[in-house]
Amino acid sequence: MREWIDLLMVLVAVTNLAILGVSRLRTCIRLSAIQGAMLGCLPLMVAPLESWTPLLLALVTIALKGWVLPALLERSLVEANVQREVQPFVGYNASILIGVIAIAASFWFNTRLPLPFDPPGTLMIPTAFFGVLVGLFILVSRKIALNQVIGYLVLENGIYTFGLVLMPHQTLMVELGILLDLFVGVFVMGIAIFQINREFDHIDADRMTGLRDWSDE
Amino acid sequence: MAILISIAILLISGVVCLGVGRKGALAGWIGATGTVVACALGLIPALTILLTGMRVRTGWDWTVPGGSLRIHLDGLSAFFLVPILLISGLGAIYGRGYLHAHEGRRNLGPVWFFYALLTAAMTLVVIADNAILFLMAWEIMSLASFALVMFDGDDPSVRHAGWTYLIAMHLGTAFLLVMFLLLAGGGSLDFDQLHCQPRQTFLIFLLAVIGFGTKAGFMPLHVWLPEAHPAAPSHVSAVMSGVMIKTGIYGLMRTLTFFDSVPDLAGWILLGIGMSSGILGVLFALAQHDLKRLLAYHSVENIGIIALGMGLGLLGMSRSIPALAVFGFAGALLHVLNHALFKGLLFFGAGAILHSTGTRQIDQLGGLIRKMPFTAATFLIGSIAICGLIPLNGFISEFLIYLGALQMPMPGLSAFAVGFVVIGSLALIGGLAVACFTKAFGIVFLGEPRHIPLDGVHEVGPSMLTAMGIPAALCILIGIASPLIFLLLQPAIGILTGLPAEKFEVSWSQAVSSLVAISVIGLILWLGIFLLAVLRRAILKRRPVESSVTWDCGYAAPAARMQYTATSFAGPLTNLFGLLMQSRSHRQLPSGLFPRQASVETHTPDVFQRFFYTPIFNALVWISRAVRRLQHGRVHLYILYIVLTLLALILWSLA
Amino acid sequence: MISILSSILTVLCGFALAPLLLGVVNRTKAVFAGRKGQPLLQLYFDLTRLIGKGAVYSRTTSWVFRAGPIVGLAAIAIAMTLVPFGGSRGLVSFAGDFFFVAYLLGILRFLWVVAALDTGSSFEGMGASREVAFSALAEPALLLALTAVAWMTRSLSLSEMVGRLSWTLGPGVAPIAMVGCTLFVVFLAENARIPVDDPNTHLELTMIHEVMVLDHSGPDFAMIQYTAALKFWLLGAILIGVLLPLEGLPMIIRFLVSVAGMFTLAVLVGIVESTMARLRLLKVPQLLAGACALAIFALILVVR
Repeated sequence: MREWIDLLMVLVAVTNLAILGVSRLRTCIRLSAIQGAMLGCLPLMVAPLESWTPLLLALVTIALKGWVLPALLERSLVEANVQREVQPFVGYNASILIGVIAIAASFWFNTRLPLPFDPPGTLMIPTAFFGVLVGLFILVSRKIALNQVIGYLVLENGIYTFGLVLMPHQTLMVELGILLDLFVGVFVMGIAIFQINREFDHIDADRMTGLRDWSDE
Repeated sequence: MAILISIAILLISGVVCLGVGRKGALAGWIGATGTVVACALGLIPALTILLTGMRVRTGWDWTVPGGSLRIHLDGLSAFFLVPILLISGLGAIYGRGYLHAHEGRRNLGPVWFFYALLTAAMTLVVIADNAILFLMAWEIMSLASFALVMFDGDDPSVRHAGWTYLIAMHLGTAFLLVMFLLLAGGGSLDFDQLHCQPRQTFLIFLLAVIGFGTKAGFMPLHVWLPEAHPAAPSHVSAVMSGVMIKTGIYGLMRTLTFFDSVPDLAGWILLGIGMSSGILGVLFALAQHDLKRLLAYHSVENIGIIALGMGLGLLGMSRSIPALAVFGFAGALLHVLNHALFKGLLFFGAGAILHSTGTRQIDQLGGLIRKMPFTAATFLIGSIAICGLIPLNGFISEFLIYLGALQMPMPGLSAFAVGFVVIGSLALIGGLAVACFTKAFGIVFLGEPRHIPLDGVHEVGPSMLTAMGIPAALCILIGIASPLIFLLLQPAIGILTGLPAEKFEVSWSQAVSSLVAISVIGLILWLGIFLLAVLRRAILKRRPVESSVTWDCGYAAPAARMQYTATSFAGPLTNLFGLLMQSRSHRQLPSGLFPRQASVETHTPDVFQRFFYTPIFNALVWISRAVRRLQHGRVHLYILYIVLTLLALILWSLA
Repeated sequence: MISILSSILTVLCGFALAPLLLGVVNRTKAVFAGRKGQPLLQLYFDLTRLIGKGAVYSRTTSWVFRAGPIVGLAAIAIAMTLVPFGGSRGLVSFAGDFFFVAYLLGILRFLWVVAALDTGSSFEGMGASREVAFSALAEPALLLALTAVAWMTRSLSLSEMVGRLSWTLGPGVAPIAMVGCTLFVVFLAENARIPVDDPNTHLELTMIHEVMVLDHSGPDFAMIQYTAALKFWLLGAILIGVLLPLEGLPMIIRFLVSVAGMFTLAVLVGIVESTMARLRLLKVPQLLAGACALAIFALILVVR
């Protein structure tokens, strides 16, 4: 089973890399959906199948991350009438380069952080780190507000992976809590984007400085 | 010792030149002959030492405190002596023709004097066996080259370049002074007595990297280099860029021999420096419009490659992997020699272009190959060699570094880091260098003339052609005789790695078989090119061969102005790496139905200068301005200062 | 002795079959477009026709222009002898020979680019400029991918690297698949195929390779065409050799499977060209950077 977990982790990492390099917003959303669905299978692989909890977690995760959240995002993409390009502050090539450096850094962190127990898959922790780093990078480097949501999703996926390393050690409730958190977050964000779009005619985070409570004059 | 005689010849001929400077031709003749004779004489002991692996030491006492006139000649010194004397000698031959135009118009005595002094100082730097002697030679080297940079000192930009150079050199020397004091630890300053305390290893390494790196042109410390090298007369640029910056590498390598053990981090630092210098150096070179400035930035790139090799070598030493150490240092050392050859050659070529067209702006030139066929051929050889392409010498040193990068033992992230940094950056540098030199060669020599008409252009004289022909021939020779060249490297690598002979041989034998294959295939490639040329000639003999205009894609009136320029040629890459380069462009776009004028102008100033050094120096100027208020010129207030100081001292001593 | 003989035979086979591969690509594209298409042997006919012709040289050009095709052909011919095919080792092999092959492609590129600049044509300058820009990114991808293979197989020469990667299911598959993707992208980019360059557009401002060689004619153009075909074979042989786990099989089977693999690759290229559009020029670096990133990721997974 370990090999399969590792293979899945590689695929997750590759989707992260792809999210960094892809220019279409819609593709980004789809990639995050694929990533969510793949991570949804992870509990089944990590924990023994004798109890119902992994199954429940897997089902909820796949439904939420693989279907509900992306669908919400796509809906706001259509309704907010956003441009289809991602519009990064940092160019795509530089993003890919930063992604590669982030992978190397995550593997290095991994060697520096010995766990008290053996993780279910050797690649889980580096991939978790990588997801967190990529999520943070997307949060700070993209213009359109929808990207922030994607970044948030990717970030959460990293944390989720990390949580599953501890799966045999009973963290289901924590994980479910995070999921709920995320769900609410995205839900609010979706509504907010819709509203902001109605008010401002755009969801360009770079131009939202008008919302600050002081002004330049 | 022949080497001392050659230094003496250099000094004597220099002083004589100073005396007869008004008679330009005589000064040129004496200066060039003296330098060439001295260099040829100096090469004899250097090559002897390299082939026999001996070590010679001699010296006299000196009244300077801590100093002694001790010199030594071992494998490392001798290896660096070869390019120094070779390029300096060729530079003298070249300078004879290059300065010919100035004869009778201005006093050429100082130029020849400082040139001889620079050569003598460089020689002394690599043979000095005492820190004081070393630093004095180092200082003379900096000052002599400063005087040479100021040759066209009437031009304000040259003056600016000269001062930047002088300041950078002295800041660097300050670090060296501290380093040598720490190494001596209060004891003797002779090199064989210098020893590094284990606690201080890293500090001393950093001081050496900053001090010697300033001279060598490591990336954040390189800002003087693209200013000063283009400003000097071309034969001086060739010497400065080809060999003088290598004395920085020599110093760093010599310092390494004082260490008992090297920390791992030192290797990583050099790899990082190599990566940044290499990639950024070639990128900035690509964006330049001035041919000599382009070449100067390429020196930064090549120093980066050398630093990559040294970084590998250091890692090999700190982790006791003989193959890594041997390949890393071998690549670095061979690249020192190779870079001296092709960079000297390319600066000679750039000088020839400047000499006969009067401009260094790439975008103004074109089609020179028709009037300057020999310069073009040698420049092409230099360009291919500097890109590290087969079958010339540049490939051999890069190949050794590549091979070194694969020697890291496997599982472990450090193997990845080494592979990624060294192989990734060397491959990228190689690709970008091809872009850069196809641009330099293609735009300057090929196509139709752009702004400078070909009528006034002529091939340069025989002395300049000789100076270009010899390094070109050596580039070809090293490319196909690389296993033999290793014999020259052996003593130097032995000194650097301190490995016993048998371990050394084992590691090396891996590379030798590859090098033999490369040499044989290189020869076959030359043969294949020749055969194919003969074959095509035979085929075309019985066929019609016509001349026509270049295919114009149906457009009826192509003109020379429509050719791709250097700026547009480099455009895709400079745009792609725009984030790193921060080029500024001023565009005046065509507008309206009948656009009148349109223009585009791009500048790529040095990022480090713009965002790092300029702010620092501005801050310094601001502080000095503030302090200057104390200097108002009123005598009674000065006396007041003295009184106040005295009072303060008395109070302090009483308290 | 036998191994040398078989190396010679396979190298010769590469020289003979290379133009056929391009015929297969074109035939695949024709089938997709519902056309009958040119004969499979079209490139052979073209080459014989071109060798039989005289030459026209532009008055602007110099010897550099004439050197381009010759050096290119000589370099690629030597590279052919280094690359193993179908179970035989390369005619020559030594530690680090994959760097040598990459740099042979470099000298070929250098000379073709300066030959293009020698004509003084703005079109050819444009093609040359793009060629150097994209290949500067393709080169790290190629070398990093081959380094990953070298580490996976613990060997430093191409002849020992081929056929030894095993596709047993598990995490070991990931780096192999990534290296395969990288090599395929490099293969398409270096051979000027869609999505990087379109070999079919003539006289458009969008192309790269074809526009560089506009001015060559007669035997020179034959050499250029043949060199391009050999380059296709060469990079294809590396790709196929690295990816197909044929070690241990009898020689004849390895050879037949490899040849079949080459033709499958050609069909694959044809399918890619029929189903994909050429990327916008600004997007090409992104593709190549992605290929580099995959190679680097593979390296990490290999050394872990």
